[in-house]
Amino acid sequence: MGGDEEQLTEQETALYDRQIRVWGADAQRRLSKSHFLVHGMKGIVAEFCKNIVLAGVGSVTLVDDRMVTEEALSANFLIPPEENAGRGKTLAELCCDSLKEFNPMVLVSVEKGDVSTFGGEFFEKFDAIILSSCSLVKKKLINQKCRKLSKRIAFYTVDCRDSTGEIFVDLQNYKYSKVTLLPVKVNCSQ
Amino acid sequence: MASDQQLSAIKNSKVLMVGAGGIGCELLKTLALSGFQDIHIIDMDTIEVSNLNRQFLFRRSHVGQSKAKVARDAVLKFRPSISITSYHANVKDPQFSVDFFKEFNVVLNGLDNLDARRHVNRLCLAAGVPLVESGTTGFLGQVSVHLKGKTECYECQPKPAPKTYPVCTITSTPSKFVHCIVWAKDLLFAKLFGDKNQENDLNVRSNDGHSSSDHSEDVFEQREDEDVEQYGRRIYDHVFGYNIEVALSNEETWKNRNKPRPIYVKDVPTGNLTQQNGNMREDGDLSAMASLGLKNPQDVWSLAENSKVFFEALKLFFVNRPKDIGNLTFDKDDQLAVEFVTAAANIRASSFGIPLHSLFEAKGIAGNIVHAVATTNAVVAGLIVIEAIKVLQKDNDNHRMTYCLEHPARKMLLMPAEPFEPNKSCYVCSETPLSLEVNTCRSKLRDFVEKIVKSKLGMNFPLIMHGSQILYEVGDDLDADMVAIYSANLEKVLSELPSPVTSGTMLSIEDLQQEFSCTINIKHREEFDEEKEPDGMLLSGWTQPSTLNKNELVGNGGSTSNALLAEGTENATGKKRKLSDISKPTTSDGSGLAESGNQNQPESLDDDDDDDLFISDDLESLTKKKRSQ
Repeated sequence: MGGDEEQLTEQETALYDRQIRVWGADAQRRLSKSHFLVHGMKGIVAEFCKNIVLAGVGSVTLVDDRMVTEEALSANFLIPPEENAGRGKTLAELCCDSLKEFNPMVLVSVEKGDVSTFGGEFFEKFDAIILSSCSLVKKKLINQKCRKLSKRIAFYTVDCRDSTGEIFVDLQNYKYSKVTLLPVKVNCSQ
Repeated sequence: MASDQQLSAIKNSKVLMVGAGGIGCELLKTLALSGFQDIHIIDMDTIEVSNLNRQFLFRRSHVGQSKAKVARDAVLKFRPSISITSYHANVKDPQFSVDFFKEFNVVLNGLDNLDARRHVNRLCLAAGVPLVESGTTGFLGQVSVHLKGKTECYECQPKPAPKTYPVCTITSTPSKFVHCIVWAKDLLFAKLFGDKNQENDLNVRSNDGHSSSDHSEDVFEQREDEDVEQYGRRIYDHVFGYNIEVALSNEETWKNRNKPRPIYVKDVPTGNLTQQNGNMREDGDLSAMASLGLKNPQDVWSLAENSKVFFEALKLFFVNRPKDIGNLTFDKDDQLAVEFVTAAANIRASSFGIPLHSLFEAKGIAGNIVHAVATTNAVVAGLIVIEAIKVLQKDNDNHRMTYCLEHPARKMLLMPAEPFEPNKSCYVCSETPLSLEVNTCRSKLRDFVEKIVKSKLGMNFPLIMHGSQILYEVGDDLDADMVAIYSANLEKVLSELPSPVTSGTMLSIEDLQQEFSCTINIKHREEFDEEKEPDGMLLSGWTQPSTLNKNELVGNGGSTSNALLAEGTENATGKKRKLSDISKPTTSDGSGLAESGNQNQPESLDDDDDDDLFISDDLESLTKKKRSQ
């Protein structure tokens, strides 16, 4: 939604009103056209997925072929703990079902398989990749594949253990501009 | 993971959450995931569409339902075995008494208004229960802990009252767009669509002899022989043309100010107002924008377009919503009302040479909208739970007040600081007497009750005593005779009360529900400045905390020099940080007019106003200084 049109739809404006007041309509439009790949559906990643789905990105593709475990449930509010609901589904599939409900305007889907074996044309579909729950070797491998592409893909890894967390960010050549507000003279004096 | 001792403390605790909105949803989720098993949650609101971008426990299908209840149901889905008790009620209700609060190990606030926060603060003090306060606006957030006797209470540092503007600025000499909004909303909209019996300053002109109210009243009534379009044009000419001409005739006003220009219908090319499209939006709301084909709420309309919207909105109200006329108060979720107010404010702004704004911006100002995203609330919720766990473990020396910044300072996004000690002259937690300067022969008890006791002191059910005589009280079980006496007392001037209040009198004021009492020393004063002290009363007595407070900036291994500490404490008084270049009034009751006008510099700073978040300006600037070294 909002991909082809210049302006946000009435529905988007109503839903995203409070955050458009933070980052502006233009940023909201660009968010709606962005595509995310997320690997490893543990607690911290569940939080992240919640946040970007609420923000109204274009799509989120989840990767995690593991089956549900007790540990997975402990910090993941996206998975209902009932036995029947979880049967036969992977972590990614369960999280996908929940995430869709947070914002029906975001395309949430599942990708299966070992993504570190996928080629550049797969990664090229995305604007940002978030890796968790995989080895350093795999993280490096995927990072290299992304950096070889002409399109700049924002690359993040994130992990949490107990009360310690780590985020790694690779934005390659990242240029940005900053707005500074200057004090303005008021013309009419009282 | 947490130690066994922590887990046990968490498991056996009983916590109260006040607020199930932006912070509340994140907090309830985090508490549940952290092992809390007995949670109570109070919220009086129902769910709206604009909540859904961050209050993730709610779905579109829940719009209109109770936030507390739906939040509870949503969390039980992933933690079915915990106990969550929801209350769809106002935390100020008597059912939430001091005894109620005493049941909890800790109270966690996720509120959005000063009034409720003060109320909860007092109940927590009375109950001796620790309080974790918090607030967010956009990317900024803050968490603080309040332990009776050990740290400041929430009111130790006076929080700025919601911004109000002097009446004359609104009615005669606006200089900022927000003044035009307040005029359009509280005066024009109220006059045309609101309760006819309400007093309205629309035609008030100071120093003007001929403001005969009878004549003015007729102006705004639709005449027998005119249709709605003629009516609209006549109103337009009156408020944007005639009223301005009258104001201009007073030379004195404009000596040092830019003069406004009158605008009449004939000056503005609005062409024929034929309806071009359907007059409803996708969601079924009546809309002048839809009629006129104005699609984008972010566009700034021209004077002509604003005028068209003015006429079209007025027409749609009278033709399609006649039952609403005379009953409406401005509601930011009423599309047509927002369109009308935007148009009227813009026309007035045009007249006074003030830049015009889009509907989107105007709505934010008129509706006191707080901008918000999910992530800040998530971060703050995490910090709240960390502090709550410290409370449960009685880890009192390690509490932190934490600011969540928009941009890293000293490479940190989170700035922790140690809590302040209680303010010895805080009238809430340390029973210091206050002073009130008032003209005891002119001011009535009613003024005192409304403007001081209820408004400034935040009491809901006050009891006012002079010595052993009760001058006024509120309650359900009062004797009819007493009620009559109290009503009569309200209309008397202070010096003529049954127990006369004069200079030197000490009044004791109590709110039994909040278990909060204080003493006020009365000092008689003859004259008050009409502009600076329009209430004719001046309350004073609480002072800023001394600079010798124990306070340290705690960094992640960063050094803290004493020079930094002194600077930090002196100025960390909770002043508002300038967040954006759009200023907005923060009166949560929608009134922008100065009834208790202590605002004698309305044009001093173009700061935006948010009464819910207080970041020390100087904390920010001092950290920036450090970073540039």
